[in-house]
Amino acid sequence: MASTQSIDQQSTSIPFYRDERVLKIIAQVVSTVIIVGLLVLAVLNFLQAAEARNMTLTFGFLKEAAGFPISNPPIEYEPSMSFGRAFFVGLVNTLLVSVTGIITATVLGTLVALARLSSNWLLSRIALVYIEFNRNIPLLVLLFILYFVVFGQLPQIKDSITWPGPIYINKRGIYLTWPRLTETGIPFVILLSIGIVAAIIAFIVLRRRRELSGQNTYYVQISVAIVIVSGVVGWILSGGSPFQLSTPVLEGFNFQGGLRLTPEFAGMFIGLTMYTAAFIAEVVRAGIQAVDRGQIEAARAVGLSTIQVLSLVVMPQALRIIIPPMISQYLNLTKNSSLALAIGFQEVFSVGKIAINQAGRAVPVFALVMITYLTLSLLTSFVLNLYNSRIQFVTR
Amino acid sequence: MRKLLALLTVLMVTSLLLAACGAPATEAPVPEEPAPAEPAEPAEPAPEEPTEAPGETEGPAPAAQGGGILEAIKARGKLICGGRTDLAGFGMLDDAGNNIGFDIDVCRAIAAAVLGDPNAVEVVPLTAADRGPALQTAEVDILSRNATWTSSREAQWGNFTTVMFYDGQGFMIREDSGITSTDEFDGATVCVTSGTTTEQNLADFFRQKGMTYEAVIFEETAAVYGAYEEGRCDITTSDKSQLAAVRSGFAEPDAHIILDITISKEPLTPAVPHGDDAWFDTVKIVLFALVNAEELGVTQANVEEMKNSDNVKILRLVGQEGDWGYTDLGLDPDALARAIAAVGNYGEIYDRYMGPDGIAFTLPRGPNELWSNGGLIYAPSIQ
Repeated sequence: MASTQSIDQQSTSIPFYRDERVLKIIAQVVSTVIIVGLLVLAVLNFLQAAEARNMTLTFGFLKEAAGFPISNPPIEYEPSMSFGRAFFVGLVNTLLVSVTGIITATVLGTLVALARLSSNWLLSRIALVYIEFNRNIPLLVLLFILYFVVFGQLPQIKDSITWPGPIYINKRGIYLTWPRLTETGIPFVILLSIGIVAAIIAFIVLRRRRELSGQNTYYVQISVAIVIVSGVVGWILSGGSPFQLSTPVLEGFNFQGGLRLTPEFAGMFIGLTMYTAAFIAEVVRAGIQAVDRGQIEAARAVGLSTIQVLSLVVMPQALRIIIPPMISQYLNLTKNSSLALAIGFQEVFSVGKIAINQAGRAVPVFALVMITYLTLSLLTSFVLNLYNSRIQFVTR
Repeated sequence: MRKLLALLTVLMVTSLLLAACGAPATEAPVPEEPAPAEPAEPAEPAPEEPTEAPGETEGPAPAAQGGGILEAIKARGKLICGGRTDLAGFGMLDDAGNNIGFDIDVCRAIAAAVLGDPNAVEVVPLTAADRGPALQTAEVDILSRNATWTSSREAQWGNFTTVMFYDGQGFMIREDSGITSTDEFDGATVCVTSGTTTEQNLADFFRQKGMTYEAVIFEETAAVYGAYEEGRCDITTSDKSQLAAVRSGFAEPDAHIILDITISKEPLTPAVPHGDDAWFDTVKIVLFALVNAEELGVTQANVEEMKNSDNVKILRLVGQEGDWGYTDLGLDPDALARAIAAVGNYGEIYDRYMGPDGIAFTLPRGPNELWSNGGLIYAPSIQ
């Protein structure tokens, strides 16, 4: 507001209230005081109120026995274990649904984006409908539809839908045939992991050498060969069968064996994937369309194949645009996983809500939940920002 | 990385600025002490040092705390009652959309007693998981939402007044499941509401029996029973009154049975926030009056003519003779009579929702009979 008034510089003694530099400093100080003051007021008010209501900010209760069950804990959990353990179980569930959700949403989102950009009219329209449908329905509604309408209408266990595999689908979940590591399979896993690490190192070293020397070092072929050789050697060492297929079998109330996705997890996972993929599709489409058409035409003119055009020309430039909004989508997905509360998937917030009630410690639990999400989000954006700055550097 | 650095820089600059403007303002209580502090007034774009006098020290006081709930209610003109809208019999919506039920009538009785108007109630619907914090923070004047009284809740949540409904936890299963006793529960899937004693009792029960089970846990009551009715669970468990209430709302109530076994004590009790003895007393006395009214045969219909009764106990109850404590609590002599006129006596409230012709369902009174009829409902005298 003061910037226009400070134009006149006729005398050396400008009164301070017309000196732009002084005014700027005052503005800074005043705004800082307002912000800090409000913060202090909020904190003090909270401390006073908490004191008056006998709500303490201690975390000792985390060691006490929780006493409440958690549905289908991914790691060992009994109600006799501590609140801390219960909280950790919730955290594992959050990570499980977020990480798997991020992976599938990225893949699905990219495919939908490519479909959306396709010159095939039908494919492009289907992708458009998918995006608009999922983007314009609140996630909570989508979750309720998936959980109560879709999964709720599945048949009872006895009349399970059977797909080849075998895969059984019923009200109690999706039962997949799943490979289980046998006892003799450990050397295979060890050798294969060593092989994969070696292959990654070889890939990086040989590619750099090619970039420096310009000679083809066959880095793709060599690293693939390393993985295959280590896998085959491990397979032989482990006596031929490192994995055994575990098939779900109906016993008593439920299926035993195989891999079971509970309706709660499946609903959450599918809901998050569908919803976030729609946003990711738009992000990817925007990134690809932002690459100058001339670049693609030029690449084609040089004689690059379609895959080469995509991988060498389009994607490196598109990624620079895609990654920053993509980070937001990943953070959104992680945070949206707290909606699992509504459909009975017990992630960190849902366990926290129960702990608030059972332990009567609202303030520390909310603090813990907030710190958890904050840490997860900051970690995600830190890692992806590292990647982001790398691709920015490489392409410029 | 750069982002982190930027964040750190912002934080450092902020704290430096805080230190810088804190330094000259030493006369003013710098917001370090949690005493009467409040932020230095930034209103005027005054000179560099924001050395305003600490002026008003009261700040935005956190409502009525540590007493004065009754005054706050009178000033506000209505009672804030933590209740529910989703459980037949206890807190539900009628055809006209009014919140009615056993628990809601408790609030109406109290509003009638202290404000003279049973409709001066604002019912705040709470989930099971939210009710504890709501009472702890005194967001509600009374929590009347079929909450079980336990020692830890008494210590953490607030003051539990007097048991209004004796209940116990039971199990509901589908009749065609063929299960007749809890010994056949091994490996079953159980739907349960989160943040309840039910949830804990369930865990205790299976642990004691050495059986395994799969819990499916929701925060919303409707989701629990929706999932059970759809077949996600073999069993659902809750207070027996709640199971009866829910079953009455199922598409096929007869397809479900409530097992006879009771695995816990569930004394459902209205509770008030900690720290206001007078309010605690007031609520208790109104509840006692409802029970005494049933003992003495005072009903919603005859409470007015009972003011001319020749029974001195009745005269005390309706405020015609003696002081039942109203002077010390700052209430009107006929406060209890107004409560009875508003919702009737204990038995009338029960029968309205759960009696033979109850609006919601029919549940024999059992332990909720008056002590004189062999039940557990007993209240100190109004005198």
